[in-house]
Amino acid sequence: MNPISSYLSSSIGRKWIVALTGLGLFGFVVGHMIGNLQVFIGPEPLNRYGHFLQGLGELLWVVRLGLLAMLVAHVVFTIKLRLENRAARGTPYAVTTRRAATLPARMMALSGLMVLCFIVFHLLHFTAQKIDPSFLALHDDKGRHDVYRMMILGFQSKAASGFYVVAVGLLAMHLNHGIGSLFQTLGLNSAKVRPLWEKGGVAFSWLIFLGYASIPVAVLTGVLK
Amino acid sequence: MNLHLKVWRQKDAKSAGKLADIEARNIPEDASFLEMLDIVNDDLTGKGEEPIAFDHDCREGICGTCSLSINGVPHGPSETTTCQLYMRKFKDGETIHVEPFRAKTFPVVRDLIVDRSAFDRIQQAGGFITARTGSAQDANCLPVPKVAADAAMEAAACIGCGACVAACPNASAMLFVGAKVSHLALLPQGQAERTSRALKMVRTMDEEGFGNCSNYLECEAVCPADIPASVIARLNREYTVAAVKDGVA
Amino acid sequence: MSAVLDSKIPSGPLSQKWEKHKFESKLINPANRRKYEIIVVGSGLAGASAAASLGEMGYKVKCFCYQDSPRRAHSIAAQGGINAAKNYQNDGDSVQRLFYDTIKGGDFRSREANVYRLAEVSAAIIDQCVAQGVPFAREYGGLLANRSFGGAQVSRTFYARGQTGQQLLLGAYSALNRQIAEKTVEMFPRTEMLDVVLVDGHAKGIVVRDMVTGAITSHAADAVLLCTGGYGNVFYLSTNAKGCNVTASWRAYKRGALFANPCYTQIHPTCIPVAGDYQSKLTLMSESLRNDGRVWVPKKKGDNRKPHEIPDAERDYYLERKYPSFGNLAPRDISSRSAKEACDDGRGVGPGGLGVFLDFADAIKRLGEPTVRERYGNLFDMYHQITGENAYQQPMRIYPAVHYTMGGLWVDYDLMSNIPGLFVLGEANFSDHGANRLGASALMQGLADGYFVLPYTIGNYLAPQIGKRPTTDREEFKRTEADVRARTNRLLGIKGKRTVDHFHRELGRIMWDYCGMARSEKSLQRALAQIPPLREEFWKNVNVPGEGEALNVSLEKAGRVADFLEFGELLCLDAFERRESCGGHFREEFQYPDGEAKRDDSNFQHVAAWGFNGEGAKPTRNVEPLVFEEVHPSVRSYK
Repeated sequence: MNPISSYLSSSIGRKWIVALTGLGLFGFVVGHMIGNLQVFIGPEPLNRYGHFLQGLGELLWVVRLGLLAMLVAHVVFTIKLRLENRAARGTPYAVTTRRAATLPARMMALSGLMVLCFIVFHLLHFTAQKIDPSFLALHDDKGRHDVYRMMILGFQSKAASGFYVVAVGLLAMHLNHGIGSLFQTLGLNSAKVRPLWEKGGVAFSWLIFLGYASIPVAVLTGVLK
Repeated sequence: MNLHLKVWRQKDAKSAGKLADIEARNIPEDASFLEMLDIVNDDLTGKGEEPIAFDHDCREGICGTCSLSINGVPHGPSETTTCQLYMRKFKDGETIHVEPFRAKTFPVVRDLIVDRSAFDRIQQAGGFITARTGSAQDANCLPVPKVAADAAMEAAACIGCGACVAACPNASAMLFVGAKVSHLALLPQGQAERTSRALKMVRTMDEEGFGNCSNYLECEAVCPADIPASVIARLNREYTVAAVKDGVA
Repeated sequence: MSAVLDSKIPSGPLSQKWEKHKFESKLINPANRRKYEIIVVGSGLAGASAAASLGEMGYKVKCFCYQDSPRRAHSIAAQGGINAAKNYQNDGDSVQRLFYDTIKGGDFRSREANVYRLAEVSAAIIDQCVAQGVPFAREYGGLLANRSFGGAQVSRTFYARGQTGQQLLLGAYSALNRQIAEKTVEMFPRTEMLDVVLVDGHAKGIVVRDMVTGAITSHAADAVLLCTGGYGNVFYLSTNAKGCNVTASWRAYKRGALFANPCYTQIHPTCIPVAGDYQSKLTLMSESLRNDGRVWVPKKKGDNRKPHEIPDAERDYYLERKYPSFGNLAPRDISSRSAKEACDDGRGVGPGGLGVFLDFADAIKRLGEPTVRERYGNLFDMYHQITGENAYQQPMRIYPAVHYTMGGLWVDYDLMSNIPGLFVLGEANFSDHGANRLGASALMQGLADGYFVLPYTIGNYLAPQIGKRPTTDREEFKRTEADVRARTNRLLGIKGKRTVDHFHRELGRIMWDYCGMARSEKSLQRALAQIPPLREEFWKNVNVPGEGEALNVSLEKAGRVADFLEFGELLCLDAFERRESCGGHFREEFQYPDGEAKRDDSNFQHVAAWGFNGEGAKPTRNVEPLVFEEVHPSVRSYK
């Protein structure tokens, strides 16, 4: 076997792929959040940001395809690993008592799957704008796509906001285990730095949740109009 | 004290097994869990039944022979080996589930006895330093910084009981393999075979059919030898570095 | 008929015997080695190191152990350390001093030449283990650390926390694994040796039982190595693992091998006292604890106050009082006996008055709790698990327990028994520790035998044996296999009323009460009168449920206990015939007024090696005189 396929067929090699793609997607999640939070500064910066992204042209597609590839690899390798994990147990225990695995850790597959479903909806909602085609017609006074209005209108729907908050909650839960786990898998852990990753991971996942959830909450409470 | 046991009984590897209800009567609080099973077995034998087969040997927590999942926790509630678990940890009248260590790689041999030879095969793949008898230089020729020696010792303390695999929801052996690889990678003596050791041991671990690590840390929580999960991080690193070195060398 | 035994000790000055012998020993050329097959029974320090070394040399080795993995042999439980004459501490150690300490520690009942060789190769063991990656304790500069141990005034003990045996065994196990991977060694775990097969008077194979399937099969070889450990479990309660047994040695004895000095049993002074009659095993607390702990009992009899309520003036630090120069580090036999004396005197502590205090209060005051925790933390934790008591706050209670057996199958300088081709290594032989073993010397001997002695000496036997390995088709194998099957069926067929453990416990009680820490003519007569009826009852009334062709724990135990029931009698007989006190063998009739052991060098300066004469017949007591050229046996004083 050549070294690369040999590495990718090993348990640790595949874990590395999941961790590295997870790291990449995590980077996107952080960047996306910072971009979105511009909504609190006002329509101008957000629309300018949206226009800038649209203006990237082919480059935007490179980024999008890159993200898609990471997502696919993240999911496919995880499925492979999980199928093996299930087979490795054999006869199940009649009684199991967990001593360390946290709820987010045990929910990784479920939270991941839910986030995946949400991503599809989210793309249809705000990127392809298929859920409410009227979004396509929103333009600000400078003729740019009015991302700001789209957000306000989008989140004024209680159902859409509710789904969004639940989904970013699940995403945060996924990251709650994912961030610390990522350093462990990439071998960047030790007794000394472990509390940093573990506590930092939890803190970061809360920041992500609060950051994302703040937008629909602000819209629904009328802080953002 | 009196206890209700639900014990896995299985005649041999091929037969099906099931949980059997067995009463444990007049058990002293100062008895160890295995002594409780001795008393139960004496009882069973007296009644003409076959005693419960379970693995044990040194009964002082070091040989790693004893196993058992007790109320869903490998080695039970006291963070030691089963032989060092004392009945004062239980309440009179309690129901206790006693099951074998479960993993596809640890097939049941009889009742509570499982076959952990997969661990031996992983070790045979590379868990050693090639040092032919008689070829060693003076022991003090190669100083080992105390920090490294202590860290190596921490990893080397693994007793090979398999509780990590039994506790892991994925039946992964990463803690065990991580401990061995760390022990030898931390010492100057282990450098010559460092790359090939990591590659071979992980390859064998995978081939045996152990699950993959999901960083649940259940292994660390039940490890009676206190092997820290950082050995898994080290193994992840060692293996990837080894794969790169091996690939470009 | 009794014979005087020839130990084949090489001539010449003591310090040159081993060099000379190595040079004179026969070599086997590397191409021929693969033509030999060697059976190694046992995978502890001696077995694993021998199997690995022989495999490396090119012999084809088959290694057998009853455990599920060779890594679990009971050598793993040794806590304290391993001695070696490295003199890294610059405190005046030397081969000569380690030799002298060991001879004196053994109460001048061991062979000079063997002990000297042991001291000589001790340094190479440490080198070998370090090369294998054994993580010995280190100083900050990265060099090896040492500690002191009982019976020595130098620090020559190398250690890996309180888990030295574990680390050394894992080292040997890793060397063994390497050979298993290279296919020079074939490993048979969960396989118990039940007999040795003699062909034309030579040991040429063994009969084993697969403990999973129950299949009984034979294996032929050019030589057989027994590395099967000691027989401490004849006392039922001991620090040995539950599976430790005398069966391999006893089967060899019944095929003609001589059993030497079975009465030399070591009672370890620092064990956790017995808590109840359900107890299955005694747990050792490493002797290294005596480096910092102080042993005491109340001065007043029946003093029931809590330990911290007893003021210093009313405490008897009896070891420091009686042995001022060695103090709490007096050798094991002496410390054990002193504890017994204190308890017999009614000053024992804890349940039944069978315990003495091992107090760390002073050490904690002097060094601070973190240092004590660093040195002995795992032992304190273990003590806490077992007793539920916190030894940082109150003294530990300890009591002596059977720990090691110095006696074993008789071997010559080449480690070969009187049966040609049958070699015996480690605790299973009798050769190096005399009547008492010093702490941290068992690991040294096991590894010395396996790594550095046997690989040289086995050539002397093997060289002329080339091409003489029989096949298992021979009549001798069939006959021995039939014997083993008959015995197994007999055990299964009794279907009596009592469990195997009942008989084992009863035997243990007799052995401990009448042949334990102190023995007398009367007590031994009592033991010798009680064992045969117990054995008879066993064969009439034992209940071994289940079948032979399956994993059957009761059957395994029954076979071992049946052998203990025979062996126990020999042990008592040996103790009876040795009318002197020496080391671990203390006859109450033979002591100085101050209670110290009184040897009788004019009548008993010899090894007693017992020969089997058939069932029911009295065994023959053969003698190997001990000749001391270098040291002069003296009254062993640690004052």
